[in-house]
Formats: sequence, C-alpha cells, structure tokens
Amino acid sequence: MKADPISLLTSLGHAVTSRLDRLGLAARFSIAVFRVLGAVFLRFGLIIRELYFSGVRSLSIVIVSGLFVGMVLAVQGYEVLQRYGSTEALGVIVALSLVRELGPVVTALLFAGRASSAVTAEIGLMRATDQLAAMDMMAVDPLARVIAPRFLAAIFSLPLLAALFSAAGVCGAWIIGVKLIGIDDGAFWSQMQASVDVRIDIVNGILKSVVFGVAVGLISVFEGFFAVPTAEGVSTATTRTVVTSSLAVLLLDLVLTVMMFRGLN
Amino acid sequence: MSERQDIIRLENVRFAYGERPILDGLNLTIRRGEIVAIMGASGGGKTTLLGLIGGRLTPSAGQVFVEDQNVPTLSKTALYTLRRRIGMLFQFGALFTDLSVFENVAFPYREQTNLSEDMIRTLVLMKLEAVGLRGAAHLMPSELSGGMARRAALARAVTLDPSIMLYDEPFTGLDPISVGIIGRLIKRLNAALGMTSVIVTHDLNETLRLADRVVVLSGGKVYCDLAPDDIRASTDPFIRQFADGLPDGPVPFHYPADDYIGDLLAS
Repeated sequence: MKADPISLLTSLGHAVTSRLDRLGLAARFSIAVFRVLGAVFLRFGLIIRELYFSGVRSLSIVIVSGLFVGMVLAVQGYEVLQRYGSTEALGVIVALSLVRELGPVVTALLFAGRASSAVTAEIGLMRATDQLAAMDMMAVDPLARVIAPRFLAAIFSLPLLAALFSAAGVCGAWIIGVKLIGIDDGAFWSQMQASVDVRIDIVNGILKSVVFGVAVGLISVFEGFFAVPTAEGVSTATTRTVVTSSLAVLLLDLVLTVMMFRGLN
Repeated sequence: MSERQDIIRLENVRFAYGERPILDGLNLTIRRGEIVAIMGASGGGKTTLLGLIGGRLTPSAGQVFVEDQNVPTLSKTALYTLRRRIGMLFQFGALFTDLSVFENVAFPYREQTNLSEDMIRTLVLMKLEAVGLRGAAHLMPSELSGGMARRAALARAVTLDPSIMLYDEPFTGLDPISVGIIGRLIKRLNAALGMTSVIVTHDLNETLRLADRVVVLSGGKVYCDLAPDDIRASTDPFIRQFADGLPDGPVPFHYPADDYIGDLLAS
C-alpha cells in the first residue's frame, strides 16, 4: 500500500497526541500517588515488605557490581596516574568517581533491571488477574495499598544501595591498588579523606540517588498499573520500565551534574 | 419490610467503549432480596453492568442508583463507604496470590476494621467453614483448584456481610460438581445473609435453578425480564437460541464481514 501525505500526517498526529496523552496520564497518576503517601507512612509495615523485596534482595548484585567497578577503576586509574607519578591519588579518583557519579547512576541502572522490572511485572499481573479491581471493590485503594509502598521502597532503598555500591567499590580499589599493586596504604586513605567533601560529594551523591529513586520508582509503578492486561502487555510494560528508567536516570544525571558541579574547581 | 424495595435501579443508562456502544438506554430495577441473573451474548454489556453498579465504570448518560445513592456522582470516599456493603466475586476469583487463603479472607477485616487478631481468626474460620475450605486455610492460591479458588474468593467477598453481591461469571471454567456447589452457596448465602444477588452468567441450567428472575440483554437494552419457568416455556427465537445453544439465529454466527466469495477473489 502506498502511503499518501494525509494518512502520514494523520499517523504522525496520532503518535504525538497519544504520547502527550500518556504523559498527561503519568502526571495525573503521579499526583494521585503523592496524595496517598502520607497515609502509607502510618502503615510502615507495608513499606518494610517492599524494602525487603526491592532493597535487601538487590544487595548481592549491587555489592558485587560495586566491587568489580571499583577494581576496574583502580586498574585504569593506576595506568594514567603512574604516568604523572601520582599513584597515591588513586583513592581520591576512585572515591570521587564512585560517590559523585558511578554509585548513584550504576546502582539506579542495576535497580531498574533487578527490582523495578519485577515491580512492574507484579503490578501488571495483579491488574491482569483482577486483583487490583478486587481490592478497589473491597473499598481498599490500590494506590495506597499496592502502589505507594513500592514507590517509597524505591526512594528509600536507592540511596542506601548506592552508598553500599560506593563502599564496595572503594574496597575493590583498595584490594587492587594497595594489596596487589602496592600503593602506600596510608596515602590511599588519607588522600581520600582529605579530598572527599561531605557536602559537595557525598550529600550531592545521595541527592542524586533520591531523585533517581523517585524517577525509577514512579516509572515502575506507572508502567505496571497501566499495563495492558495480557501476557504481551505485561512483558511490554516490563521492558518499557527498564528502558525508560535507564534513559531517565542518565538524562537526570546529566542535568543534576551540571547543576551540582558546574563552577567547582 | 420497612426498607425501600428497590435496591438497585438503572435508568436510561448509556455506556460506550470508544465509538462502540455497549449499553444504550438500559432500564433495570432490582429489588431487595432477589437473585437476578443477567444473561446475553458475549460482549453484550453484562460485565459492564456490574462495573456500573459497583461504580468502577461511569455511564456516559443515565443514572445508576444503589441503595438510593446515585453512584456516578459519589465522591471517592462516599463510593468506598458504599462499596463496603457490596461484595463482588470476580470471574477467576482474583485472590491475592501473595497471601494464603486465610489471609485473603482476613484481608477485608484487616483493612476495614479494628478487630482483634483472635476475633479475625474466629470470623475467617467461620467464613471458610461456610464454603467448606476451613481445612485449606493455610494453602496459597496457586495450590487451589479452580472451584476451590472460586469458593475462597466467595468467602472473601462476603466477609463484611454485604447487602449486595455481584457475581461475574461465577460458573465459568468449573466442573459440574463445583458449579453445583457454587450455585448452592450463592442461594444459601443470599437467604442466610439477607443479600441481594446479581449474577452475570452463561450457565443457563444453573441459572434457571437459582435465579428469581432472568434478565436477557441484547442491543444494549433489556431484551426480556422473565421468571425461570417463563424462559423454559418461551418460544421467542432469541431466547430459544440462547436456551438451546443454537450456533446461528438472531445472534449471527458470523462476525459482520464483506461478501465471502468477493473477499476470496480479491487480490
């Protein structure tokens, strides 16, 4: 079939309006979720269960990944630093890369793949099997009972996981740098201690994690809640959670980095 | 009875999914204590009707009164207050898969009441005993057969002793024994708890045994509203097609399509 200009224009218009439509839906959904957050805090038990599933169960992947990333950073960093004869700055380079960037970003990416995808699939299947509808008919708001606790769990667990990722990374760098290559132990730690600033580096890193947690958490519950109630619909929603979350994290990281670290010397 | 007789009243209700009208000028009144079966072809708006009564769907025109409250106009809080008096059994039970049978039935108590743990245990066991599943309290939904899951869901739906029960295809996918069990439970609960039941179903035999009235929907309206005996005796071609399960008749076998030969020959 030949595409005539009118039908091309129609499909372009449809593509634009349907995306705008979804954006509006996401905005309204987010507002609705934020409105029930207060009530959810009063039932902290619900959040603890989700913290376990999203946070605690992600510990192994996050710590192991952190360890490896730290080791790689140490190997690469040492290569460059030894050209300038400043290998004892390895600790600083690794620590700053981790707490400012890699900790929050890589943890958020791992979290999107490990925990958020599971949240989307779970909520999508609850929808497909009428569990959300049943809850709603029992006069229990699914937003407060199912959605908000999972969203909050993402916000709480991401900063903690990112901190553990960075800590594991520093340990990995220490193993490579100090134990295997033989950099001076004292220099490694003292330079790190002197150069990593609590407010500029650590607090900003935590802030990034919180923002990523909000983004990744919202995307996962939104995609699950509005998943088409079929096997294909749930799988599409799960994929979309991982893709959208990853892109959102990288884009937000750029914006936050420019805001936080521009103009620092 | 001092209370109003009409517990559910739909007036001139219109509902459409996109361009496709599902219900178009539907009028229906259900009286307190009745068991009313809603029948009709698939996609004929039966489940939509339950959605409208429960306030999960909003009609594009017309009014839906449940216990004298105009459902589409209610705030979320008012709707939730009303829903505590409405129980609903979903087609495949919709049990929460992460909770055991006991916890599923306890769910409404935990969410809606401040009862003590002892009291909840007693009430849940009573409900489960009523559907014959006290021994299955510790099982997870994945360990239940279709019929058991439906019974567990039924126990959960009546936990707060609703005045109205909505059943969405309660017999679908069940073996004949389970169909009989669910049918008897519906009848017994309706009498014992003084409920009003609305059953959307395809199972004509069980329906005729169970219901006080059979409402057949067609073309978005009430086609007929008869007692079970009148359905059996009816000579109306549409009702006969339904009652006898004939593939073709007033409800066509073919989805509307272009001329068959012309379609085959088209390149």
